[in-house]
Amino acid sequence: MSLSRAFFAIIRRDLVLALRRRSEVANPLLFFVLVITLFPLGIGAQPKLLQAIAPGIIWVSALLAAMLSLDSLFRSDFDDGSLEQILLSPHPASVLILGKIIAHWLVTGLPLLIVAPLLAVFLGMPTHSLGILLLTLLLGTPVLSLIGAIGVALTVGLRRGGMILSLLVLPLYVPVLIFASNAVEMASSGLPVSAQINILISILFMALVLAPWPTAAALKMSIN
Amino acid sequence: MFLVPDPVVRFFHRMASPPHFYRFTERLMPWLVVIFLLLTATGLYGGLYLAPADYQQGDSYRIIYIHVPSAWMSLFIYVVMAIAGAIGLVWRIKLAEIVAISSAPIGASFTFIALFTGSLWGKPMWGTWWVWDARLTSELILLFLYLGVIGLYGAIDDKRVASKAVAILALVGVVNIPIIHYSVEWWNTLHQGPTVTKMDKPSIHVTMLIPLLLMALSFNVYYLIALILRVRVELLQRERNTQWVKYRILENRQ
Amino acid sequence: MEIKPGYRLEGDDLSCIRDDRVLFEELAFELVPGQVLLLEGKNGSGKTSLLRILCGFREPDTGQVYWCGDAINDSQYYADMAYVGHLDGVKKELTVLENLKVSLALGRPGQYSIQQALNKVHLVNYEDVLVQALSAGQKRRLSLARLLITQNIVWILDEPFTSLDKQGIMLIESLMSEHCAKGGMIVLTSHHDIDLHGVDVQRINLP
Repeated sequence: MSLSRAFFAIIRRDLVLALRRRSEVANPLLFFVLVITLFPLGIGAQPKLLQAIAPGIIWVSALLAAMLSLDSLFRSDFDDGSLEQILLSPHPASVLILGKIIAHWLVTGLPLLIVAPLLAVFLGMPTHSLGILLLTLLLGTPVLSLIGAIGVALTVGLRRGGMILSLLVLPLYVPVLIFASNAVEMASSGLPVSAQINILISILFMALVLAPWPTAAALKMSIN
Repeated sequence: MFLVPDPVVRFFHRMASPPHFYRFTERLMPWLVVIFLLLTATGLYGGLYLAPADYQQGDSYRIIYIHVPSAWMSLFIYVVMAIAGAIGLVWRIKLAEIVAISSAPIGASFTFIALFTGSLWGKPMWGTWWVWDARLTSELILLFLYLGVIGLYGAIDDKRVASKAVAILALVGVVNIPIIHYSVEWWNTLHQGPTVTKMDKPSIHVTMLIPLLLMALSFNVYYLIALILRVRVELLQRERNTQWVKYRILENRQ
Repeated sequence: MEIKPGYRLEGDDLSCIRDDRVLFEELAFELVPGQVLLLEGKNGSGKTSLLRILCGFREPDTGQVYWCGDAINDSQYYADMAYVGHLDGVKKELTVLENLKVSLALGRPGQYSIQQALNKVHLVNYEDVLVQALSAGQKRRLSLARLLITQNIVWILDEPFTSLDKQGIMLIESLMSEHCAKGGMIVLTSHHDIDLHGVDVQRINLP
């Protein structure tokens, strides 16, 4: 089908672009690591304290890193006119935009999973909760990209959209933060977490289905 | 449009035409003010004077006559904003766009009042100005959502485009509010156990309830008044190039 | 491949207001296959705004654009049009070939293959060159190559001649004549006078 061809062409294009602009991929990742190393420096390195707040720290940092990476989602396409061409395509814009969001998650969200075990060790998290930490990151970070895409689509046309973006996006990140960090916390104390995981899964599916529509509408508004 | 009978559509289009709205609300306004004053006066009299003091909280519970209606309004206005935004997006009715954005500062104010009075009430109850209570936390996030809407509208220069942006954002927000609310409640029960006391008890005495409902009505009328005033100003500003506005201004000058 | 007659692009009672200034009002036109619509006017007269209305990017303050009798958003319009704007719409970190492949995937395959199109716009042997290494004129020709590889009827061109040399301009003019001869339509803005032999050119002069 030609729609799926267009969808994969967009993903492929964005992955190639990311490969040729590596710094944009590396920056959010470095930020994520850096913020987490700041906490022990700021509050002292008592293992008990760090262990208690580790899930929260990791997830808050993931939220901030995700937000920081959002600007690269549509910025260059907006600046060089590629976005106009994507929106003029006869294919449904929301599907093409979903392709862009997926590619963006692959290069900015997925790497967080790779460094997370390292950070969990830094913060002294028990090893048995590591699996749940990775699972919540796997389920939660795509939601951050999907919801963030709406915010960045609304602000991409603004010269100083950065501040307003955080105001738009962070309140909407609250449910992910709550369920994900809570799941990690429960897992650390050896309690069952299936409820939280199920809720995260349903949030992910809702975001996958619903978020591309307002994103496409907001992009159409932004390029006017 | 589809499923809506033609005369209804025509009625709404007529109502939504800016000059007609402007003239109509001008006549409506004095009535609204009178109703508002009556409701507020009886509500406050009932709440502050007639209603008995609470056997546990004494007189400090009386802040619910401001707090609870404000909290209701804060949610209600967000929903109105989203609905008006959606109507503006789908049917391109300018008045709906303006209603949506004019509601935002009013809703934000009610949210702020709910937070402020909640914290005033918390001081004697909990001994501290702020507790991470589920309701208060939800209200706080709601305030951020309102501020986002207001900030976004202010940041976009072209106001027609900005209205569209606000409508999209309000719709996204309205879908998220129940999820946020539910997640905060979940978080609250896990971290704090059930809260010490609840603001509105399930069994509230009727002499307390009636003034509360009167105050809720009065706040609704107040919202309507504030909304109409804001919409009128915004209409004049946006339609400043049209004949009817020029005509009105000339008329007033004489 | 001939384009069937019967297509038409219409604007009805279009107006555009920007920052309190009426750029144009009660503007109407009708474009049929083989015709060119040239928008003239000085800077800030609303040429680009009108083009963006015709692309559906911007909503007209009044009026409506129709494609074959239907409002553009309710029609096949986007499958039948192609736009080259003031921004090139090509990615500078991708090669010429990669850029065209993406454009092809976004639309439907048209009358020319990528090789033939590159040949037409004199960019043969540049397939694997990154776009950032191209000159401004070459970039422009690349974005015009997009029009040839996808299937389309209406071309909407915003200042297609900028940063092109004399040869480049002649090249584009010949491509335009060819497109019209096949029954295509073109809407464009230009500072230059265009020289199209035997093509029916309508002009709209925006004050």
